[in-house]
Amino acid sequence: MHVTINNRDVEVRENTTVLAALWNNGIAAPALCAMGVCMACRVTIDGARHQLACQTECKEGMRVEV
Amino acid sequence: MSKYDIAILGAGPAGLAAARAITGKRVALIDDNPRAGGQIWRAAPQIEIGSNITFIAAARVFHITDHFTLHTDRAGIIEAPKLILATGARELFVPFPGWTSPGVFGAGGLQALVKSGLEVKRKRVVVAGSGPLLMAVAATLRKNGAKVLAVVEQAPLQRLLAFLKRYPSKLPQAIALKASLLGVPQITGAWPIKFDGGKLTLSNGRALDVDFLACGFGLIPNTEAARLLGCRIDDGFVAVDSKQMTSIPDVYCAGEPTGIGGLDKALAEGRAAGLAASGLTPPKSPSRAFVRDLAETFRLDPALAALATPDTIVCRCEDVTRETLDPHRTWREAKLQTRCGMGACQGRICGPITAQLYGWCAESVRPPLVPVEAQRLKIANTGK
Amino acid sequence: MTPDVLIVGAGIVGAACARELRNAGVKVAVVERDLIGGGATAAGMGHLLVLDDNEPELALTKLSVALWHSIAPQLPAPAEFWKCGTLWVAADDVELAGAREKLAVYRKHGLQAELLDDATLYEVEPHLRPGLAGGLRAPGDAVVYAPVATRWMLADVRVTHGRVVELIDGGVRLADGSVLRAGAVVLATGASSLIDGLAVRPRKGHLAITDRYPGFARHQIIELSYLQSAQGESNESVAFNVQPRPTGQLLIGSSRQYGVDDSAIDDPILARMLARAFEYMPALAQCNVIRTWTGFRASTPDKLPLIGKYGEGLYLATGHEGLGVTTSLGTAKILAAAVLGTPSPIPPEPYDARRFCARND
Ligand SMILES: Cc1cc2nc3c(=O)[nH]c(=O)nc-3n(C[C@H](O)[C@H](O)[C@H](O)COP(=O)(O)OP(=O)(O)OC[C@H]3O[C@@H](n4cnc5c(N)ncnc54)[C@H](O)[C@@H]3O)c2cc1C
Ligand SMILES: Cc1cc2nc3c(=O)[nH]c(=O)nc-3n(C[C@H](O)[C@H](O)[C@H](O)COP(=O)(O)OP(=O)(O)OC[C@H]3O[C@@H](n4cnc5c(N)ncnc54)[C@H](O)[C@@H]3O)c2cc1C
Ligand code: FES
Repeated sequence: MHVTINNRDVEVRENTTVLAALWNNGIAAPALCAMGVCMACRVTIDGARHQLACQTECKEGMRVEV
Repeated sequence: MSKYDIAILGAGPAGLAAARAITGKRVALIDDNPRAGGQIWRAAPQIEIGSNITFIAAARVFHITDHFTLHTDRAGIIEAPKLILATGARELFVPFPGWTSPGVFGAGGLQALVKSGLEVKRKRVVVAGSGPLLMAVAATLRKNGAKVLAVVEQAPLQRLLAFLKRYPSKLPQAIALKASLLGVPQITGAWPIKFDGGKLTLSNGRALDVDFLACGFGLIPNTEAARLLGCRIDDGFVAVDSKQMTSIPDVYCAGEPTGIGGLDKALAEGRAAGLAASGLTPPKSPSRAFVRDLAETFRLDPALAALATPDTIVCRCEDVTRETLDPHRTWREAKLQTRCGMGACQGRICGPITAQLYGWCAESVRPPLVPVEAQRLKIANTGK
Repeated sequence: MTPDVLIVGAGIVGAACARELRNAGVKVAVVERDLIGGGATAAGMGHLLVLDDNEPELALTKLSVALWHSIAPQLPAPAEFWKCGTLWVAADDVELAGAREKLAVYRKHGLQAELLDDATLYEVEPHLRPGLAGGLRAPGDAVVYAPVATRWMLADVRVTHGRVVELIDGGVRLADGSVLRAGAVVLATGASSLIDGLAVRPRKGHLAITDRYPGFARHQIIELSYLQSAQGESNESVAFNVQPRPTGQLLIGSSRQYGVDDSAIDDPILARMLARAFEYMPALAQCNVIRTWTGFRASTPDKLPLIGKYGEGLYLATGHEGLGVTTSLGTAKILAAAVLGTPSPIPPEPYDARRFCARND
């Protein structure tokens, strides 16, 4: 499955959250709790701002901006 | 709007056990994660639920009105005359220089991240903090190929041994975990004091180069929904009777919010709440001695409160440092004067920290329980 | 030490009065039952604006905004003073005509203002909905984070913790039975009153704040019909009033309700307030709200504050409705003049603390 992170096309496995995808692709995105509490991991997903990277699973064609 | 007989908030072990115990009633099981399982089982729930249960994933409840209308951000409005709160716990953090650097996660946090796709093969990791969770986290990391350099528990060894002696039933679990961590140094009575560009310094003087630090100092119950409903809170936990019912009729609570006690307690209480909410009589609830002993065993060393230096950030949302907070006397005063706790997490992280550092009490819950689109808040507040 | 003047209430009004008197060499002390700046001062929007519903309001707000600009350089950074200006939005031609009249008044009083046609309106605030008629920009207006400004004003003033329960000859009695003595007492207690029958009614307001959306709005933006909501006597009203915070957050207001003393969020009112905001700025609907709260304005029948002598050794500085952050500084000048027997910078009669007593008896 493919998603776009900061305009770069990357491959991710099924059931991967956006936060995991960011770190797997060398982007040390801010995050702490990985359970939707600290709000540190907010990113823009498909144009919507302030989405939680740790609680959003990647979907084919998703666009993520950090 | 969807109507159910019972709504369960939280699909961790307690929520799943509750769902499992309910037969012949329509149940909504709601969780903000994409998958059921909660923090322990994460996406791999070990309880199967019946066809009477509708699992509503990735939906956050931000307001509860009437008796009971649950307003969610992504799944609309859910109505049920009975409510089971199984909202679990979050981690307690202790600020030390560098704890806000990238690569430092909660202990449960890094575990959750690995279970949701983070690759840790050959990554050097230290697991630190406090509580039974640390060993489980280390085991998960190792299973996924990480090089766990050490597990660092702040509680002294004697207290841990005394605990195991009192609870021999936990021994096999402890031994199994230990076996899976063969060769991993397990340090007790120590903690991180500094993290700087991948270099971790421990209180015992050891320095380690790591890719990740997984660091959590125990659990804080998620009681916000209960507080919003007006449930009685005793000593920080939701008060329940022998049927897991809170002080508000038809609101039940199970798992960590009633006392940090781990998986077995969550399962037993969840089942009891499910039965009680279905109108059946639940078995007698187990003794709470375990909850007390757990808290006592892993009680934090007072020295931890001194780790944050004047310029260490305490409130991460608003970048408020320790020296900015020091002159203030209460949570509300600090909040008004420094913005501490005013950010997106609304004090969920820094509130418990300032409780540790200053003894402040940071509880003031009102809708929205979590950040929510203004249009959703508007709809919720219009009522019907 | 027995102070010359004891001020009851450490809201922004009490704090401004304390600072003014202290700067004039008076021995001042303050007594506060809760937190410094924790009452209405912690709830309000902190918009510093000139309003022109009537001459006395204009005189007091104009004086006060000028005073804010004069102290601005000294304010600490967390007071977040920001001269973002006000943008009054006209929904239709009738309101635009109103804006023209407002412009004339501003000009006559030497205040900066400019009329914006619809094209310019969208240029400066692209998130406003299409179809509006235009607007009036008042670039001299500003915003401030009032709780920090309040604490700053009290930096050199002794603040005692205590709840005043009774006014006695030559001082006040606290809830714990102790007595604080002073040459004179100033009541700056906001919406709660220590005097029976004082013409001050609490008027509840709701606010909501969003996550950070830097650049979303550049001015404090208010609908022109806001003035009907503020000045009117209706029991419940809402108006579109949005403030960009220096953090990038958006503060969304506002509502007005009489006859409620419960501080809980009133769901239907909050919903109406948000609906009104979306009418003017539809994209606000997609912004995340992180917190909501309420506060109580101290409202008088003519919407002007009560400032000055009330009885022997007793002064008032209250009744500032939805303008007390702005008018705190002008209030302090008028009050200090009354206490010291010096000339007031503007005619004090319209704010006379006894004006409603006279009418009553
Ligand atoms: C300019 C400005 C910007 C602000 N920005 C932010 C921000 O970014 N983030 C943020 O979180 N806050 C923000 N605030 C809000 C503010 O700090 C408080 O939320 C507000 O003063 C209410 O107090 P509290 O929530 O701290 O305290 P609380 O403990 O909630 O109580 C404070 C007061 O609120 C009353 N109260 C109690 N319960 C309720 C209830 N259910 N509903 C309403 N009132 C109740 C109490 O009577 C008490 O007097 C801002 C305030 C201002 C003036
Ligand atoms: C929703 C809302 C929006 C607003 N927006 C704006 C705005 O944009 N611009 C603006 O200029 N104004 C605004 N205001 C109005 C402004 O907030 C108030 O007018 C101002 O804060 C009043 O200050 P104060 O010192 O008179 O009252 P307060 O801040 O309420 O202070 C009174 C103090 O007296 C203390 N006190 C009371 N009784 C006793 C006692 N018996 N003993 C001891 N202490 C006592 C209280 O604890 C309190 O701290 C707004 C108000 C609200 C509610
Ligand atoms: S990492 Fe904490 S909310 Fe996502």
